[in-house]
Amino acid sequence: MRLLIKNGTIVDPANRVFGLADLLIIDELVSEVLSPGTETHADRVIDATGLLVCPGFIDAHVALREPGFEEDETIATATAAALAGGFTGIAAMPDTNPVADNRGAAEFVNRQAERAGNCRVFPLGAVTKGCKGEELAEIGQLVQAGAVAFTDAKSPVGNAEVMRRALEYTGMFNRPILHHSMVPEMSEGGVMHEGFESTRLGLRGIPAAANDIMTSRDIALAELTEGRIHIMCVTTEDAVSRIRMAQARQVNVTADVTPHHLLLTDKVMGSFDTLYKCNPPLRSQQHIDALIGGLKDGTITVISSDHQPFAIEKKSVELDAAPPGICGLETALAICAEALIGPGHLSWLQLISCLTIGPATVLGVPYGTLSPGATADVVLIDPDESWTIDASEFHSRSANSPFDGRSAIGRVVATLLNGTIRFQTRDF
Amino acid sequence: MTSIVDEIKKTAPWHDRHLLGLENLSAQQITTILDLADKFGAIAEGRSKKLDLLSGTVVANLFFENSTRTKTSFNIAARRLGADTVDFSASSSSLSKGETFIDTALTIEAMGVDLVVCRHQTPGAPHLLARHLRAGVLNAGDGTHEHPTQGLLDILTIRQKLGRIEGLTVAMVGDIRHSRVARSNIHGLTKLGAKVIVCGPATLIPRTISQLGVEIAYNLDEILPRVDCVNLLRVQFERQRGAFFPSIAEYAHLFGMNRERIKRAKDDLLVLAPGPINRGVELTPDVADGPHSAILNQVSNGLLVRMACLYLLARKAGN
Repeated sequence: MRLLIKNGTIVDPANRVFGLADLLIIDELVSEVLSPGTETHADRVIDATGLLVCPGFIDAHVALREPGFEEDETIATATAAALAGGFTGIAAMPDTNPVADNRGAAEFVNRQAERAGNCRVFPLGAVTKGCKGEELAEIGQLVQAGAVAFTDAKSPVGNAEVMRRALEYTGMFNRPILHHSMVPEMSEGGVMHEGFESTRLGLRGIPAAANDIMTSRDIALAELTEGRIHIMCVTTEDAVSRIRMAQARQVNVTADVTPHHLLLTDKVMGSFDTLYKCNPPLRSQQHIDALIGGLKDGTITVISSDHQPFAIEKKSVELDAAPPGICGLETALAICAEALIGPGHLSWLQLISCLTIGPATVLGVPYGTLSPGATADVVLIDPDESWTIDASEFHSRSANSPFDGRSAIGRVVATLLNGTIRFQTRDF
Repeated sequence: MTSIVDEIKKTAPWHDRHLLGLENLSAQQITTILDLADKFGAIAEGRSKKLDLLSGTVVANLFFENSTRTKTSFNIAARRLGADTVDFSASSSSLSKGETFIDTALTIEAMGVDLVVCRHQTPGAPHLLARHLRAGVLNAGDGTHEHPTQGLLDILTIRQKLGRIEGLTVAMVGDIRHSRVARSNIHGLTKLGAKVIVCGPATLIPRTISQLGVEIAYNLDEILPRVDCVNLLRVQFERQRGAFFPSIAEYAHLFGMNRERIKRAKDDLLVLAPGPINRGVELTPDVADGPHSAILNQVSNGLLVRMACLYLLARKAGN
């Protein structure tokens, strides 16, 4: 089967390719990128005029909630949502119930993903048993079960000695630790960024320093152990500059940001709307500017949706009681386009890099590129399509999105996995 | 007597369905409430306590946080206006059965309630109700955010005792960080042209509060000579997480109002305390019961202010 995607703009950051070209896929693999209009036999042709032809997106951390929280999401619904968002591979957070801190739990994720038959799922193993930050999880066996990286999800490993050992131990398998770098005792009970807005609203704040301090500690430990640390959901100016300086001295530290932290400030909390509550909290414009600076100069190489689905009844409560998180897989591209492409901060090549080869490199998975011989996971984007986000149409089981009803420009119009269209908004 | 009631009935219609905080009110609106409260006060002095201004109106008191004083005050205020009241407190509620806060409020509303008075430990909880209910919502204190009727009664007391608000200097003393009373007072007083100083331990004063146009001070003795009124916030032991100051004794030593400090102040210094007071902590008994104190006036003014707010909102809800 020869599939030709014609007349589109190929965006393949891994090979620094951006330009009009045709993509030839033979069976499940990318064959080659052809000059526009090259004559070649094809069994099927997709006309991608006006579209961007990119590698399928990779998400470095997604909460799939299964097992244990199937009222929020299942592996089947999350992977369907992923395809609708242009993601062909997602890493599964281990903070399920039970926690994925043992071989059987990781194998369960693999099996359910296989049954669902949507996108690829890469299990993430817990760093510590029960994500409690005390004893190391069975990291070696988790690696054998396919865990690509380790994280205690939203629970910071507060004890520096435990984190040191974890970095040494995971280093043995050349796997990174994805850390929620936040000082727990400074963030306990906090619902938003600490600043004038939190003072005005009387809401308990989480100071930027809570992230800055832990990021510094993590960098120091990565330097000490020569381990690999990846800071999830960077939100503060100071953390960005510390990561930048550490990278300059060759410390193995990488970082990601989320779309919502690039677009929304703490001012939205004045609505007291629980949909805006997330962890880390939405911060101020000054921090957003620094995050964008970090993306521009390559300090931050990954954008993650940080998909955190919650059943509506869990969010329809008082702000203190509501769980933090945003259902993000299906809006990630549109929000990134609004925050980064619209104002001209990033080129499409830079943005797509953060959604493909950036996360693939951190996770060490062989996807995120259109190199000849690569698996044909492809996403087609209409960069100019105006549409309205409608959370009621999400494939995710949850709809906790503050972007419901928002006008967006730029949309995923088709997602291919192994050379086959698995999601499309229009006929080709 | 009758003429005052007629005057009250002529009060211009209120435009907001809810009263959620003083931050969103104009100086004109605040003055309207204060003037109306004074009129209710004049009637009370005439000893005709029961009015039929709101007969047929049902006011529900939804208190998700313990409160005796505020709830009683709202209850009496509503009944004096002729309204029917229904009490709902968290201890007798379905919350323990897993019903959500919003479902509880919707259930109460379905029983034909016109106004909901809500006290809740979470900032924004009344705002959440306001989005879901058709009834008017009156915030009776939401966590550490606002307590508009307390702010109004403090301001009314100052206006009665000192004759004006504009140009005065008012010090809010104590736990500013965790105080909804402080926030409501700051919004109300600054809108009416007073200068506000917040004074207390640095651990209990968020520095960003200066952006609300207030002065921050840590030394009570230094500011006392230039203030017209001190409002001594209750040390809220239950709201504090961890130690914000070393000991009660040290707090009282640095920020407690006592006889010596009264001597440093202006002769006509007005002392307020939202209560319930911790005698010997925020202020000594001789100050609490002394000539500068208007603590009991605050309590009776609370009733008048709540009558005014209930009246304005009920008329709006009735339209």
